[in-house]
Amino acid sequence: MSISRKAAVAGVYEHPTRFAPDKTMYQIMAESARGALDDAGLTIKDVDGLFTTGIGMGAMGIVGFCDYLNLTPNYLDSTSIGGSSFVAHTGHAAGAIASGLCEVALIVYGSSAASQRFAVGTGGFGGSLDPCDQYEMPFGVTTVGSYAMIAQRHMHEYGTTAQQLAEIAVTMRLHASMNPQAKYRDPITVEDVLASRIISSPLHLLDCCIISDGGGALVVTSAARARGLKKKPVYILGSGEAVRHAARGARDFLEIAAAQSGRLAFERAGVTHKDIDMAMVYDSFTITVLATLENLGFCKRGEGGAFVSGGRLRFDGELPLNTDGGGLSSNHPGMRGIFLVIEAARQLRGECGPRQVKDCKIALAHGTGGTLGTRHSGATLILTNQ
Amino acid sequence: MAQEKKYAKPLPHLDEENRPWWEALKRHELYLQKCRDCAAIRYYPRAQCPECLSPRTEWVRASGRGKVYTFTATWQNQAAGFRESLPYVMAYVQLDEGPKMLTNIIDCGPEQVKIGMPVEVVYEDVTAEVTLAKFRPAR
Repeated sequence: MSISRKAAVAGVYEHPTRFAPDKTMYQIMAESARGALDDAGLTIKDVDGLFTTGIGMGAMGIVGFCDYLNLTPNYLDSTSIGGSSFVAHTGHAAGAIASGLCEVALIVYGSSAASQRFAVGTGGFGGSLDPCDQYEMPFGVTTVGSYAMIAQRHMHEYGTTAQQLAEIAVTMRLHASMNPQAKYRDPITVEDVLASRIISSPLHLLDCCIISDGGGALVVTSAARARGLKKKPVYILGSGEAVRHAARGARDFLEIAAAQSGRLAFERAGVTHKDIDMAMVYDSFTITVLATLENLGFCKRGEGGAFVSGGRLRFDGELPLNTDGGGLSSNHPGMRGIFLVIEAARQLRGECGPRQVKDCKIALAHGTGGTLGTRHSGATLILTNQ
Repeated sequence: MAQEKKYAKPLPHLDEENRPWWEALKRHELYLQKCRDCAAIRYYPRAQCPECLSPRTEWVRASGRGKVYTFTATWQNQAAGFRESLPYVMAYVQLDEGPKMLTNIIDCGPEQVKIGMPVEVVYEDVTAEVTLAKFRPAR
């Protein structure tokens, strides 16, 4: 059974906060839920499917959130595969709606990562009993270090340069300058990125996403119901998800989960790369974008450095990317997947003002969760307003 | 030597499934596992072959020699034990036997580490129970 066009994103909300020491995680989630339901023209009583996870939640956090909002949904999904989770949730929601398991899905995330001073990328790992972790934690693995090893290998195999990676950060900042909600809006140059301190070689401070508070929510419902709601429906055309890991020691580190999740999403959506008018790609680090674009097939492996250069990723370029300013400049409250879907939907609705992509009909969102250099998930979603 | 000061970095959890591997490191011996049915070599150690689920496992002594596959010099890590030892080099070393292992490159400055550089294992006894396999430039 195909889920294509059976479900639509009917409501979106990006919480405007970037620093909220006065709010709890659950409060940010509840405010986001209200925002997305208002956007759709629905109420909390309409919700019969709930999708959530978070970095500050307990193992049964979704049940705790139901308690908090006095929800008793018919369908629950707390798939937790890192920052990509909410992209995966959107695909799962489309499947659940298409098969009649629920009709109004609320997907919600919130975090106060910045005000609680989580060292999201540079805190190291410890305490896990998972077998894989026992062979990594003792050596000081950090999130940024794991991605940095992918960048180092890419530079070695293909001659990719720090300047090329920096171009990604510069483009994201340009987009942030057109997003009033973005945390960092002052333009930067390639030289600024290269002059910022090394966090984990070869990645500089400005190659890394920011840490903020924030949250967001999506309402997904059946295509038929969405057509009767407040906003123009954003139909889900296809989705895919995948993982990559150490592969018993035999991994090719430059092949990432996007290769598999992207192939599935394109096949299921029945579209090709040239049909994509804009893309939202998880930008935890500049290398994440470069590796993802190669693995999604927008360019060949090894050609990512040239591909991201020359303004191609600008909102007015050949493949507009992360028009909200991304995690590199707008917001990154621990996990960022939900914002990829939110901005893609806003672009498809034509709501993006000065950063609006012209004639935007089909958008792709790809989330990466976990760390590219050890193990990670990828979730791809293709959306349309047609 | 490591016992003099409390060891602050995270330690692996030893259990019945992985204990033979850690006990070998304690003896300063590095082993890989090989499936007796499908011959796949695997790292890290686990009870069943992930390719064919066979529990029939042979322990194969590794040479302890390999090459740097990729690396990073870490300049920021707030975690206890690491924040005092910046910068340090984290790397994947591809062993001559094939598998890639996450490890640290020690006994040289970060600027000396290059992809493809030949390295050899160094056994670091960090506690009475745990020895870590790290690597240094091959001599």
